[in-house]
Amino acid sequence: MKEEHHIKLPEGSIGKESTTINVGPTHPATHGVFQNVMEIDGEKVLRTTPTIGYIHRAFEKIAERRPFNQITTLTDRLNYCSAPINNIGWQTTVEKIAGISVPKRVDYMRVIIMELARIADHIICNSIMGVDTGALTPFTYFFQERERIYDIFESICGARLTTNIGRIGGFERNFTEGTWEHLNKFMETFPKALEEFESLLVRLRIFMDRTQGIGIISAERALNYSFTGPNLRATGIDYDLRVLEPYSSYEDFKFDIPVGKNGDVYDRFLVRNAEMWQSYSIIQQAIEKMKDLDPSVFHANVPEYYLPEKRDVYTKMEAMIHHFKIIYGETAMPKGEVYHAVEGANGEVGYYLISDGGRTPYRLHFRRPCFIYYQAYPEMIENGLLSDAIVTLSSINVIAGELDA
Amino acid sequence: MTAYFNDIKENIEKEFQSFQNWNTNSDIITFEVSASEITKLLEMLYHDFQFQFLTDLTAVHYPEKEKQELCVVYHLHNLSKRMRLRIKVYLDITKPNIPTAINLFSAANWMERETFDFFGVHFVGHPNLTRILNVEDMDYFPMRKEYPMEDPTRIDKDDHMFGR
Repeated sequence: MKEEHHIKLPEGSIGKESTTINVGPTHPATHGVFQNVMEIDGEKVLRTTPTIGYIHRAFEKIAERRPFNQITTLTDRLNYCSAPINNIGWQTTVEKIAGISVPKRVDYMRVIIMELARIADHIICNSIMGVDTGALTPFTYFFQERERIYDIFESICGARLTTNIGRIGGFERNFTEGTWEHLNKFMETFPKALEEFESLLVRLRIFMDRTQGIGIISAERALNYSFTGPNLRATGIDYDLRVLEPYSSYEDFKFDIPVGKNGDVYDRFLVRNAEMWQSYSIIQQAIEKMKDLDPSVFHANVPEYYLPEKRDVYTKMEAMIHHFKIIYGETAMPKGEVYHAVEGANGEVGYYLISDGGRTPYRLHFRRPCFIYYQAYPEMIENGLLSDAIVTLSSINVIAGELDA
Repeated sequence: MTAYFNDIKENIEKEFQSFQNWNTNSDIITFEVSASEITKLLEMLYHDFQFQFLTDLTAVHYPEKEKQELCVVYHLHNLSKRMRLRIKVYLDITKPNIPTAINLFSAANWMERETFDFFGVHFVGHPNLTRILNVEDMDYFPMRKEYPMEDPTRIDKDDHMFGR
């Protein structure tokens, strides 16, 4: 604004200067370890310089020393809010390079787990967005559903956050009775909880005022910044890999791609909300489809790649040999290179894998959506208020683990 | 689909002398050009063939390929036609210079910084080519193959039994 024109400073007073402040590296509002050096004028943000790399763990280097089945645990720690999507994304990458095709039932199990993970991730993002605008209640109510999802993961793989779910070729064990119990419970309670959540936030005047028209990015700029996922869809572009390049039998399901219009915080919130409904419907369809399939199938018949059950390792010759070969990396992986991408909770999670036939990848590169779209953050908050910068940050859902790899 | 790719191929063949190794067997169509022609190529693909989405930019180190040790890999995406392209540029490790792609893709900014950080690829024209994930005073490029993951001075760890 042209303040200089009508404010006449008294003689001898000092000229106007901006203030430099640090937001982060450890600040409750950043939801992770990264720093923003902001130059502010009053409450207006003039310039921002993000500094990242505080939790860089050199996963790409570590991956060059690990057999293929051990890399799943690294992918857990990328986007740890939806670790199963990363796990399964990695496993499908290896299956692609090894030419393994998995049975339909495994695909549907994967779809259920990935969609649950997507819901869990969106629950965190959206309810924290409420917290950052001052509405704590929706968060405390809705977080119960994330707990139920983690119960399901726990009953499948034993872990809740960093899941290491599944194996190359399928799953380590079938869905148990407990899994179905938890899953049915979740399917029963979730719609009501989501409706409640929506009724608390979607038309809340304060929330709308705080989020509408804030942190806008246009579709052109978003594409130029290689945005993917809900953040891109909020600008009105229906880019979704589940439809564009279906993997894990996503082509069998009927669902819509929710898109926004303005590309602001409120649109991102609504897109994530609508996606939760779509994910819910996908899970419903998958459960229905699984009823017609042989309930005992939970992995592909590929003994060279699929880690056998421990019980068989001790009692069966073949299983012991394959177990040994997989653990010691003696299984020959075909030479070649492959780029495989899955629709993660906040964008295209890509795996660029080069194999030279050795026990480990020759090179593995993770395309982390956060890392790529977070560089647009300074542009999105420029000339806005500091409090809007915080809301914008939580709306683009930057996960430090994925940012730094 | 194939017709479109053939059209692209013909155009590139006509205009770029360094074009080689058009590979349709891999999951994404892959080819190579030289560093001096990459800017022109990206511009042509951007304006004439709508490859306007830079999915990924990274590098690979091949220590045994003489004069071609570093390979910069671009993954481009044409969203309306649902097509991907992979472009490789091989660089001499003693002069790892390649023009930046920032003028076309804002997203290239951090991707190039990351590639510089880990491989030491010098993106000519980048406004702020500094380390991004590693500490600033690091004086080597950790993703190059000559840097072992473990501390090389340790003798209690012997894993020559386990391949690489």
